Amino acid sequence: MAWHTVFPLLPPVLLAMCWPRPSPPSLMMGERSHAGDFSYVGIDAILEQMRRKAMKQGFELNIMVVGQSGLGKSTLMNTLFKSKVSRKSAQPNPEEKIPQTIEIKSISHDIEEKGVRMKLAVIDTPGFGDQINNENCWQPIMKFINDQYEAYLQEEINIDRKKRIPDSRVHCCIYFIPPTGHCLRPLDVEFMRRLSKVVNIVPVIAKADTLTLEERDDFKQTIREELRANGIDVYPQKEFDEDAEDRLINDKIREMIPFAVVGSDQEYQVNGKKILGRKTKWGTIEVENIAHCEFAYLRDLLIRTHMQNIKDITGSIHYEMYRVRRLNESNAGPGLAPGQAPTLVSAHTNGQTKVNGGPPNGMAAQCEVLTHEM
Amino acid sequence: MIWPTPHGKCTVLCSRTTRVNHFVSQLFTLTVFDPSRSLSLSGHVGFDSLPDQLVNKSTCQGFCFNILCIGETGIGKSTLMDTLFNTNFENFEASHFEPQVKLRAQTYDLQESNVRLRLTVVNTVGFGDQMNKQESYQPVVDYIDRQFESYLQEELKIKRSLHSYHDSRVHACLYFISPTGHSLKSLDLVTMKKLDSKVNIIPVIAKADTISKSELHKFKIKIMSELVSNGVQIYQFPLDDETVAQVNTAMNGLLPFAVVGSTEEVSVGNKMVKARQYPWGVVQVENETHCDFVKLREMLICVNMEDLREQTHTAHYELYRRCKLEEMGFKDTDPESKPVSLQETYEAKRQEFLLELQKREEEMRQMFVQRVKEKESELKDSERELQNRFEQLKRLHADEKAALEEKRRLLEDDQSSFGKRRAAAQLLAAQNLTSNGKKDKDRKK
Repeated sequence: MAWHTVFPLLPPVLLAMCWPRPSPPSLMMGERSHAGDFSYVGIDAILEQMRRKAMKQGFELNIMVVGQSGLGKSTLMNTLFKSKVSRKSAQPNPEEKIPQTIEIKSISHDIEEKGVRMKLAVIDTPGFGDQINNENCWQPIMKFINDQYEAYLQEEINIDRKKRIPDSRVHCCIYFIPPTGHCLRPLDVEFMRRLSKVVNIVPVIAKADTLTLEERDDFKQTIREELRANGIDVYPQKEFDEDAEDRLINDKIREMIPFAVVGSDQEYQVNGKKILGRKTKWGTIEVENIAHCEFAYLRDLLIRTHMQNIKDITGSIHYEMYRVRRLNESNAGPGLAPGQAPTLVSAHTNGQTKVNGGPPNGMAAQCEVLTHEM
Repeated sequence: MIWPTPHGKCTVLCSRTTRVNHFVSQLFTLTVFDPSRSLSLSGHVGFDSLPDQLVNKSTCQGFCFNILCIGETGIGKSTLMDTLFNTNFENFEASHFEPQVKLRAQTYDLQESNVRLRLTVVNTVGFGDQMNKQESYQPVVDYIDRQFESYLQEELKIKRSLHSYHDSRVHACLYFISPTGHSLKSLDLVTMKKLDSKVNIIPVIAKADTISKSELHKFKIKIMSELVSNGVQIYQFPLDDETVAQVNTAMNGLLPFAVVGSTEEVSVGNKMVKARQYPWGVVQVENETHCDFVKLREMLICVNMEDLREQTHTAHYELYRRCKLEEMGFKDTDPESKPVSLQETYEAKRQEFLLELQKREEEMRQMFVQRVKEKESELKDSERELQNRFEQLKRLHADEKAALEEKRRLLEDDQSSFGKRRAAAQLLAAQNLTSNGKKDKDRKK
């Protein structure tokens, strides 16, 4: 943090910078009421206050899963969150036919663990990559992601703002690579190249139980090289590493992506324990066993260690880039008034569909005319 | 439609397929399932570490806190700050002869265990010293507004960096009340009334060791009733979190805190404590029966610092932002009460402004052309006039010349006739002479 560069913002009244440090004789972290320790101020109590506030507010997380049908997206989601979060479980009559066009289905769940409440939204994209002509199949997804940014931007530039703007921005997009064992397909490369610029992409190798360990390593190597050759920056992005410590941890992760995962929501008895797995004639694949597949690493990355980081990068980098682009293009041409963009933005919270108010057509036309005049 | 979930709860689901709009309906259809479903987890997922992740991130970034101290010169603001944060902020004493109230802001980096705090202490210099105190509150209000303004500017920038922005908005305002024992001064009331919608005000009674316990009790009640009857909204400690609601309710009843500040240490019993030594006894700062200093520190720092920051951001700053933007002419809904976005209003304003510029340019151009014409005709007129005069003079000159010619001619005529007559006369004279000579000759004979 370059704090020294922000001093000009302080008022021009007499300004003195001092950095005295209080002499902390014996400060212990976290303890508060000291009978004999009179030099304790209590600044670190703010951590506790923040934690309390966070617990009260709850968290929001929006994950999108993208991949051809039959790769196990819904099962993986169910396994990750250990409950029926996928759309198949939400629908009363799960349709098995492949849809004609790409659909984007967003389902919200309220889950709670040890007092921490989270609003999880799983965004599914059935129909992706399933048509005969898959050109531009990323467009609806890009559009959806940009619509969420747009909704957030509109809320943010309101005069009368809500206390907490509902966050429907896609924090993470899990891309499922079919386990061919050869290399990335043109569809994969094209999609990841375009979307890695607007959202955090986590590529995973789906149904990894069809690859042996050597095949898996070769496949991963090939994928990593192809990603590097095409300039695709997947999460964790190298340029957003904050310090050496972060870089160390993230380098280790970058050595392992894409994770080879197996999903399952069935439980079986193995060695006396009930664990999630897939039972076949030749053995039982344990989902959470790192010798079998890398599901545990994926879960740790997404949920246990890097969730806040993923949300931060979405909020402060991807969203800001969208905002810069959006505000610049409105400055450049009044013809690109917000009303020209398609109007639906649907936040899936509270079941309200908020229609983005476009200007009446007269205004847009007026703006066009003025451009020509000027 | 009712679909029984595996855990036996019945959740009502309704699925609605919304057509996006006719431009993109070919691309995809969006289905929204609502309301949100509550699920229970069948195993340990692990997102209970989220608060920890959040706290870790904040610890790395560091915290910011800004306190504004308002009070008369010499009332003990700097000493209290030193005592509160257990350090020496190296403030020098201010003089009592300041012509105007000024604000002095100083920033310090403090660290306790692994928490870094960037603390800004703003002091008012010369408050209450002037003869005419009508404008005393204005510099304070201006300072607070300036901080809001710079945050607003940063927020409205296109390329902004909010997470590394040094937040200088005032989070807490400690208002020091003089320990008269009677009531609030009118300067206090006026200032607090002006500030209560801009900042969290925490009133404290300074130099509380000059008031006895019974007087103090009456004084506190009087102050609170005066504040209420004048409609001053001071900061109330939040009651919505159960863990701290009880403590906060109790403290709310003890406002304003009667504090004593001291950085000198006196030995009491076998310990060194911060205290003020008098011939009649020792006032211990951290003794709760002597003064409310510990309560103030507890409430301000240990329990409610985050809430103070949040209130500043969500209530005071939003109010300022709303007023400022409305003042500039932005609205959320236009006269037909259709939602209008900031973007459109901004665009509309920009158009207006450009049109205005154009119009003015036209006007100026026209005025210029007109002026030029006027000047031209003026010049033409004077040219014509000059011409006329010239003609006139020329004619005059010609006339005179003609007259002179005439005169000369006459003169010449005269001269010539005179010459002729002279010649004739001379001839005659000569003839006369000769004829007289002849006559003489004739006679002689």
